[in-house]
Amino acid sequence: MKIRIFSTVGALFLLTVCSKGDQRNTANAASRSGDTAAAAPAPAPAPASAMATSAAGGTISGKIKFTGTAPRNPSIDMSEEAACKAKYKTTPSEENVVAGPANALANVFVYVKSGVPAGQTFTAPTTPVVLDQDGCRYHPHVFGIMVNQPLEIKNSDPLLHNIKAVAKKNRPFNISQPNAGMKTNRTFTAPEVMVNLECNVHGWMKAYAGVRPDPFYAVSGQDGSFSITGLPPGTYTIEAWHEKLGTQTATVTIAGTETKTANLTFAAH
Amino acid sequence: MISALLLIALVTQDTTAGKVVYQKWCAGCHGDQGAGDGAAAKHMIPPPRDFTGAIYQIRSTASGNLPTDADLMRSIEEGLHGTAMPGWKERLSDRERRDVLAYIKTFSTFFADTSLRPQPLEFGKEPSGGTGDEAVKVGRQFYDSIGCRKCHGDLGRGDGPSSPTLKDDAGHPIFAADLHQNWLFNGGGSAADIYHRLRTGLDGTPMPSFSDLLEQKYLTETELWRLAQYVRSLSPAEPPVVRDVIHAPLIERALPRAPDDSAWGSADAYWFPLVGQVVRKSRWFAPAVTGVWVKALHTADSIALQISWDDRSESPDTAWLDHVNRVMATLETDSVETSSLWPDQIAVQFPVTIPTGMERPYFLMGSANGPVYQWRWASNARGSAVAGLARGVDRFDPISGGGLGGQAVYDHGQWRVVFTRALASPDTATQLPFRTGRAIPVAFFAWDGSNGEHGTRMAISTWYFLALDEPVPARVFISPVLAMMLTLGLGMLVVWRAQQKTSFRKGRQQ
Repeated sequence: MKIRIFSTVGALFLLTVCSKGDQRNTANAASRSGDTAAAAPAPAPAPASAMATSAAGGTISGKIKFTGTAPRNPSIDMSEEAACKAKYKTTPSEENVVAGPANALANVFVYVKSGVPAGQTFTAPTTPVVLDQDGCRYHPHVFGIMVNQPLEIKNSDPLLHNIKAVAKKNRPFNISQPNAGMKTNRTFTAPEVMVNLECNVHGWMKAYAGVRPDPFYAVSGQDGSFSITGLPPGTYTIEAWHEKLGTQTATVTIAGTETKTANLTFAAH
Repeated sequence: MISALLLIALVTQDTTAGKVVYQKWCAGCHGDQGAGDGAAAKHMIPPPRDFTGAIYQIRSTASGNLPTDADLMRSIEEGLHGTAMPGWKERLSDRERRDVLAYIKTFSTFFADTSLRPQPLEFGKEPSGGTGDEAVKVGRQFYDSIGCRKCHGDLGRGDGPSSPTLKDDAGHPIFAADLHQNWLFNGGGSAADIYHRLRTGLDGTPMPSFSDLLEQKYLTETELWRLAQYVRSLSPAEPPVVRDVIHAPLIERALPRAPDDSAWGSADAYWFPLVGQVVRKSRWFAPAVTGVWVKALHTADSIALQISWDDRSESPDTAWLDHVNRVMATLETDSVETSSLWPDQIAVQFPVTIPTGMERPYFLMGSANGPVYQWRWASNARGSAVAGLARGVDRFDPISGGGLGGQAVYDHGQWRVVFTRALASPDTATQLPFRTGRAIPVAFFAWDGSNGEHGTRMAISTWYFLALDEPVPARVFISPVLAMMLTLGLGMLVVWRAQQKTSFRKGRQQ
């Protein structure tokens, strides 16, 4: 089965040279326009001195798709939380598999798994990634964050949420925000794909954080597109992670300030 | 250099000695590699701690931080109430406990990371007046305002709306604590213990830390202390003590047949602990009902027994099906079953006749040749109860026309069931006739359907006794009064005589 998926991916895997242009923030723009709203922007690469020219480096972009039929996302019963329920016109549902047009797959965390030279260090941005609890759902649902970059967790609901981070390489935590407007900053100290965030008061609330030592990651938007920018020349293995459909990998070689396309396809069960 | 070598030698010695202690006493549950997967682990909910992640519930440090050595030592010495973890203070020497603590820390690399040195939080001092009405009222306000009820329920019995969905980091089922049973709190039941848990959270569980509320000035320290004191006030001042004999006083009014009849208010409550049934297959290692409270009253011709117990779910309830699945996945059971909508149940057991000697039927529902007389109630027929004879755990023969009344209420995480019956029995061969002034053996069984309990998967007690108090004859009250009056009279006479003598002497001296 695994092998079959892999070969499917291999067949679909395209490497095309595209023009550089405005590809940089496609993924972010796409996810902002989507239902999940306000996906935190991937941090602008903030390289250490050795990486001073990386902003002008190469780009890997592409589209994430899936084959098969996407499972139905269960609807959420918010009858216990009138304040959250009131924020929706129609019954909200979970975001296990968020599909876009033409089998596009959103909420896929794509990152450079290997290829970044060892010993190269990157300074984390001081701008926090914001994780908002609004309408008893997390926004964004999937995001990337750098090691030591602040994660600002805020509550836009006038009721109790707890935020539990379930992690293995990082210290887990479990904090509470019973009031609207509460903000708490946390950081992760080690790379980990993924750290799960959950609310135990509302069992359907789940978010996933890809914690990386470098800025080379993106989250696919509603149209399945993603873009990883600022890559120095090299050969990279990128991995795409989806909460239900597993992972897919591809290898991409960047020679200069070019943009290469890596389209990845998952198999829905 | 030498001292460094010495230090290394000492540390090595510590963990080597600790390993010996660990393998002898701890590995059976916590596993050889500390992953919480010892041979006995599959018979426990909550399961033993997995030391490899260094995630500990009972700490003095902020959520996400490592515990201090003192925190770990406390859990080793005191154990974790309400779990299978016993205290080791009496069983291991100081040295052994220190050694095993050092060894346990080697299972996780987090302890070797010097940047993670644990720092205890400043807890401050408990404000006085914590048991007063005003303090408890303030605490209750914050119980509501910060959302404790979501998991712990409106009255604190662990029956909040999120309760059926709770699981720990590893996906094992976990109950929100029943705040009326502070003797089962993992980290201790004092107001200070509760305050510490509110500040630190119970890492690895759904219980979060509320420290941010203080730091961001949503609550003052005193207010959070009041909340802890309120939670403390929900449990009895002292943990309940088992008294072997339930006294059923005679009442001069109608027998209370309803669970909330005012007559129960004045009746004494007796507590009996229950444990999992692990004698007969299919055994049950994770009973949800930890004890029952029993009240008994009788009139000239009838008896009423009120059994109350905390149960987070009014079974059958589909909301708890996932919980049952998690229980089944966590426990190794004698037979595989798919989850189903089982009811909650209670059974009261008596011998068929009052024994004259010490001999009693087999406590676990009698045997084929030695039946026991039982009263049974189930939540799917809650307005009635069935009397019958049990002949072992898997045979129960109802008695038609058993004359047994049953009424029940489910109220915020608690069942209250009343059984009523005539003292006299139409058939003394199968149905126990109740007599005053005799010690009547009695035992209890409970099932929480939403915890996967049914059949032999139940909580059980041993035999205790029920005694119907005899009417007190009038002379019992009159004799002491007469005796007192006589004593008083004689005493006054003696004093009067003495005073007479004194005044006589004084008169002569003058």
